[in-house]
This record gives sequence, structure tokens and C-alpha cells, in this order.
Amino acid sequence: MLSIIPNIAEKTTKGYTGLSRRARITRNLTLIIPATILALMVIMAIFADLSWLGLPNVGLAPHDPDYIIITDRFLPPSFMDGGKSDYLLGTDKLGRDVLSRIIHGARISLSVSLLVILITAFIGTVLGIIAGYAGGRLDGFIMRVTDMALSFPGILLALLLAVSIGPGYWTVVFALSILGWAGYARMVRGEALRLRESDFVAQARVSGASPFRIMLRHIFPNVINSLIVMMTLAVGMMILAESALSYLGIGVPAPTASWGSMVSDGRSYLDTAWWISAFPGIAIGLVVLSGNFLGDWIRDKLDPRLRQL
Amino acid sequence: MSKVILQVEDLRTSFFTRRGEVKAVDGVSFYVREGETFGLVGESACGKTVTALSILRLLPEPAGKIIGGKVILDGTNLLELSKKEMREYRGRMISMILQDPMTSLNPVFPIGDQIAESVRLHQGLRDEMVEQQVISALRLLQIPSPETLLRQYPFQLSGGMRQRVVGAIAMSCYPRLLIADEPTTALDATIQAQYLALFKDVQQQTNVAIIFITHDFGIVAKMCHRVGVMYAGKIVETAPTREIFKAPRHPYTIALINSVPRLERKDERLYSIEGQPPSLMDLPPGCRFFPRCSAAQDVCREQQPSEVEIGDGHFVSCWRVH
Repeated sequence: MLSIIPNIAEKTTKGYTGLSRRARITRNLTLIIPATILALMVIMAIFADLSWLGLPNVGLAPHDPDYIIITDRFLPPSFMDGGKSDYLLGTDKLGRDVLSRIIHGARISLSVSLLVILITAFIGTVLGIIAGYAGGRLDGFIMRVTDMALSFPGILLALLLAVSIGPGYWTVVFALSILGWAGYARMVRGEALRLRESDFVAQARVSGASPFRIMLRHIFPNVINSLIVMMTLAVGMMILAESALSYLGIGVPAPTASWGSMVSDGRSYLDTAWWISAFPGIAIGLVVLSGNFLGDWIRDKLDPRLRQL
Repeated sequence: MSKVILQVEDLRTSFFTRRGEVKAVDGVSFYVREGETFGLVGESACGKTVTALSILRLLPEPAGKIIGGKVILDGTNLLELSKKEMREYRGRMISMILQDPMTSLNPVFPIGDQIAESVRLHQGLRDEMVEQQVISALRLLQIPSPETLLRQYPFQLSGGMRQRVVGAIAMSCYPRLLIADEPTTALDATIQAQYLALFKDVQQQTNVAIIFITHDFGIVAKMCHRVGVMYAGKIVETAPTREIFKAPRHPYTIALINSVPRLERKDERLYSIEGQPPSLMDLPPGCRFFPRCSAAQDVCREQQPSEVEIGDGHFVSCWRVH
């Protein structure tokens, strides 16, 4: 009987969120699981080998990702019939270890997408806020350029770039950034347009704030929510875009592994050696999904209305 | 008598639209003394808010333009200042309270930051000093326990409290002139009464001059020392508040006051003015109130009446008093 009373007291203490126990656990899991997955991926990328410490033979990857052993080609994962315990996730058409290639490929895939997202989001946000706030001719000009960027075939431009400056890591980053900002610019411009007419911006103007200050202090913080959602959604798109470029031979040149190029490499063997494409595909899926969950969580944290719940 | 802090002379503001020029404010003149509340009354779209925005030079660009007149604040003509100098004046010398407290605060920052913004902008104080001034501004608006309120977000406050915070932002740098554009429209009746009383208090403490824009004669009676009645972009009658209620002279003022519901007149139908105000794009050559006026004469159709002083501080623009 007495045990009822402390129960109530517990519910009214400071940490009580108004959510049921189950809802609380689910809410925490949607943070912990994706955060763990992403952290593991990042660790994987950093410690794939320690060549940046001058120790190329030490690292998480069990094999050299680019070492070809023709006799070991198309070996299935070790847990399947005919698999070798040496190759946990099997080997590809040249007998290279799939696991090692995934671990090394994380470097290219994660860093390219992160870099491109940061660059495009920055450019898009700056242009979008200026266009939305300034309005008039400047807005018209920026938005027409944005329309052009959105309507331009990205692959064609990337091919052009690859021909003129040669394929490679920075070509990929450049090719994806040069048009990628347009989506952000259009979204941010719409938000800025709405916020410009809001009373708190009028209030700031009445208080003598300069246009720059209004854009930075009043419009930008109110755009962050949508921006973060868009950036996390872009993680998947960027990894896929990078793989498309690699497939066309514009990406980071072979034999360097990236998840996208691995998926496309294994495409022709899907019926006989599905593991070549499937495992990097799962890695892409996990990162994309984790990114989206984490993005939702960050957005909730940034919104003061949801922060205190 | 205290010093005149704001003198508006023959202010003309137009909006240039595709369909033509809209004369929103057409030759408005008035003055406000230190520690005085000047009411600007009139129906919707008569130019009250545009007058206020013209004083602050915050008209919607590029359509809105001030095409003539003077706005002299403490000896400086605001219309001659550069954009940067004007920004210095806003918030420090003049500030404004907007209609809707629910949307006048930035939802993503705590209250304290938003009040501090104006203080930092204009006074360049160090952080501890800023916080002190923010708290004293909140105290001025009689906000209970300002120290805790500083860390709260707008959505955590009631409408009345938010409007006080907006007031605190406006008063944070102790401006000489405060423009309040129907600040109580969004509040309910009891909170409205409280807020008005608070305003009087703030005025007594700071000696700020207030331009109070409203369409509610009840508020005028409570708050204002003098009133200007606006119609179609012009001030048709200016007088001390007592005089406006006791002896209104312009037919429009009389009609406005008659259309206020009164408790003692129970069974009569509420008075209303026939017709609509004229289009500001196509104004009649004579008196603007002529088509709706019950005392119209022939001369009203042809010529605009000039302003005549008929008593101490009582100005009327009507042919009947000529």
C-alpha cells in the first residue's frame, strides 16, 4: 500500500517529462542507436589504417583493401558455405576483401558527403537569406541563377569538369557543390521571405538593428530547423551522388574504394555474388537512416518549444 | 509648459503602385511635448500607421516614399539624416510598440537576449551592465521577478506579459519618443486596462513623449492629453482631449464620437456614418469628408478647407468654422 506514495512523488520530480516510460525509452533509442552507428562509422573511417601516423599496416581493416588475390575471387562471406574465415564479408571479383574495402570506403563516402553538405548549405543559406531579405532585383537575380542551377543536368556538368580538370577527390567535391547549393538557397529564401514580414523583424528594425544584424540574429536562427532537416536528408543523396560519379569514372579513381563504387562494381554479379553490392549498400542505408534520425533529434533540441518537454 | 520634442510639419507620404499614386498621408502636421501623450485617432486605412512609419522612416520599400514635409525630433530633421544616422535614432531616441505581442518577439531567443539587443546596439555597455539595464527596463514595466524571466522564451509567457516585454524592449534605452500602434488591440479588456495604467506610470517616471495610435475613444479618454483626428490622410481636428469630447467641431469628429456605444442610451440604434471613405488614389478636389458630411455646403465640394485655430490648441479644418 505504502509503495504507491513514493511512486507519485517520483513522477512529480524535476526529471518528469510527462511521457510514458515506453515513450521515453523509444525517444532515447532514436538518439542512442543512430548516434552510435554514426560514431562507429566515423571511427571506422579514421582508424581504417594508421597511415596518417606512419603505420600503414596497423588498423581496423583486416586486409589491404586494394590487394588482389585472383584465386580468392567471389568467395562468399565466412558464415556461408564455401566461405573462408579470413574474409568475414566475402571477396569481390578480384579477390579483394569486402569488409576491408567497406572500412576504407567510409573515408571517401563520409568525407565527401560531409564536405559537400557543409559547402552547399553555407552558400545556399547566405544567398537565400540575402535574396529573401533584400527582395526586389537582387532577389530576382539570385533566384534566376538558382533556377538555372536547379535545371542544369548535374551529371553533364560533372563530366565536363572531369574532362577539364581530371577526375579525383576534389573534382567530386567541386562537381557536387557547384549546383547543390541551389536547393538550400530556394528553401532558405522562402523562409526568409516569410520571416522578413514577421513582427519581430519589424520590432528589430524599430530598435535600430542594421539589415546585416537582422539577417544574422533574427532570420538565420529561425531558418536553422529546416536547414538541418535538409542537410541530414542530403547525407544519403550525397553518398549516392558520389557513387554515381564514381560509376561514371569521374569519381575517385580505382582502385580506391568508396561505397558507391563498390555497389556499382557488384551490380553485374548480383545473382551469383550478392555480397559484393549488398554490404556496402547496407552501410549506405545505415548512415542515411541514422543521419535522418539524428537530424530529427537535433531539430527538436534546437526548437525552444520542444526543448523543455 | 514642457518642451516640444517632436514637430511634424506638412508630412506627405505616398505609395507608388502600378495603378497610380496612393496619397496615404497628405499634409499632416502636429507636435508632441515631453511627457505628453498625443492620440492619433481615425478609422482603418486613414493613415495613422503610415504616419508613424514615416516618422521612423521604415516605410515598406520601394513603394512607400516620403515626398515632403519635416519631422523634427529635438531639433533634428529626421528626413535629412543618412540611413546609418537614422538607425542610431531608432531604438535610442524613438521606439515603437507594434500591435501584436504574440508575434513581436523572436521565438528562438530568451527574453533577456532580446531586450539586451537594443541596449548593446546603442550603448555599447559591458555584459554585466547590460544585464542590469535589462532588469531595470523589466522593472520599469513592472514585471515580477525579472531575473527568472530573462531566461524564459516568448512561448512561455502570456499575451499580457509578452506585451510588457515588448514595452520593456521599447523603453530599454529610455527613448524620448515612443510610438504605440494600437498596443492593446490583441489584449483582453482587463489586461488592457492594466497595460494602459502601466503606460501612464512609465511616462511619469521617464517623461517620455508618446504617440498613441488607436481607434478606441475610450482609450483616448483614458490615455491622451491631446488628440488628432485623422481622415483620409489628413488631420481634420486637433484639440486637448477634454475639448474633443466636450466641444467637437469637425462633423467627422462629431460623427465618430456619436458612434461610440454608450451605456445610458439603451434603446437607440447605434449611430453610424453613411458611405465609405474616399479612395486615396482618386481624392475629391474639395473637403475629403464632403460626400459623407451631414453639414456639407457648396464650397465644400470645390475647395479644401484650411486649418483654423478656434480655441486654445484647438484646430479644425472645416468650412463651417471659417
